[in-house]
Amino acid sequence: MIVAEQKPMEEIAEMIKDFNKILILGCGGCVSVCLSGGEKEAGIMASALKMFVKNNQNRDIEITHMTIARQCDWEYFDMVKDAMAETQACVCIGCGAGVQGLVDVYPNVPIFPGLNTGGLAVGKVPGVWEERCAGCGNCILHLTGGLCPIARCSKHILNGPCGGSEKGMCEVDPKTIECVWHLIYERLKSIGKLDNIYKIMPMKDWSASSDGGVRHLTREDMAKLDAEEEHKKNVELEKKAEEAEAAAKGQG
Amino acid sequence: MPDHQEQVAIKGKPAEGFVPKIVAFTCNFCAYAAADLAGSTRTEYPVNIKLIRVPCTGRVDVVHLLKAFEHGADGVYVAGCLEGNCHFAEGNYWAKRRVRYAKKILDEIGVGSRRLEMFNLSAAMFGRFVEVANIMNDRITEMGPSPLNKK
Repeated sequence: MIVAEQKPMEEIAEMIKDFNKILILGCGGCVSVCLSGGEKEAGIMASALKMFVKNNQNRDIEITHMTIARQCDWEYFDMVKDAMAETQACVCIGCGAGVQGLVDVYPNVPIFPGLNTGGLAVGKVPGVWEERCAGCGNCILHLTGGLCPIARCSKHILNGPCGGSEKGMCEVDPKTIECVWHLIYERLKSIGKLDNIYKIMPMKDWSASSDGGVRHLTREDMAKLDAEEEHKKNVELEKKAEEAEAAAKGQG
Repeated sequence: MPDHQEQVAIKGKPAEGFVPKIVAFTCNFCAYAAADLAGSTRTEYPVNIKLIRVPCTGRVDVVHLLKAFEHGADGVYVAGCLEGNCHFAEGNYWAKRRVRYAKKILDEIGVGSRRLEMFNLSAAMFGRFVEVANIMNDRITEMGPSPLNKK
């Protein structure tokens, strides 16, 4: 799940200082689960922000709040069409993707982020989340016993542990940060794959991560084209198939 | 002189005309019953304290506490069962955590965390109920109106 935490009230109040009618838009997805941007948090932020503005900027503003099922799919944004038409600005408390999804659908409304998005994490105990995936685009978990050194090692090293690992803890903060390479060693030992740790991992291929601009993910069979384009594509593919068939016959 | 000002005068405080609006979220099984007992025994407590009866203090959420301030309260407190004696096992612990969280928000927005408090008492402790009411009334009277009510 994507985790995020609320920005300080002062920062949000500064963003909306020119507006008197604000919509706080929550997201019912990940940020709702990590208790930072769901329906309840939208209500709390609406009340707190209203009081902050009254107290610090000496003005009364109108704040409404709504929450939609998800902010990463454009279908759901339709539900706030009327509210977005009425408001002067919107504080979006979804993750960074949610804010930009909203910007795509409502290009004429000023939209501000209410959260700082953290990363991909799992809940450890109620109320505590820990990052587990850095979204590097080139997974190596099969080599490391299912524990990720990219996300969980302070140095992101591929051939650990380093000299800073002591009694299973990381030198960056020996009290709170576990050495993931120690955990990997223990895990590989328990599943009888200890030979993995003796292999030297080559430099990671980062081309799937931050290389080549914005990353896209496409499932061709699911991507919807318009009818004309789809027909053209079908003709093209059939032609290719016929050619291949003919070539196969020729060879035979 | 209205009753509430008498209260202030009796306690030796100057009656300057400021009577704080205080909202108390009281648990049905303890603090609310204690308030009832205080009434039955003719024990007085400040009349400017408005009680809101809840089935358990675990029902009280951060947003309820903030809304009370937003709608003009100068002080708010939550009165739940003694620790370990909650009718619903741990509702009062949840309330305490939420009060702590709301206090942080109140400091952040400039209202002040001292305007919010959590107390624990049993249904029999009507004396403590009155004491708590006086503690909050004195504290908020001393602090003056909520910054939101001054403007």
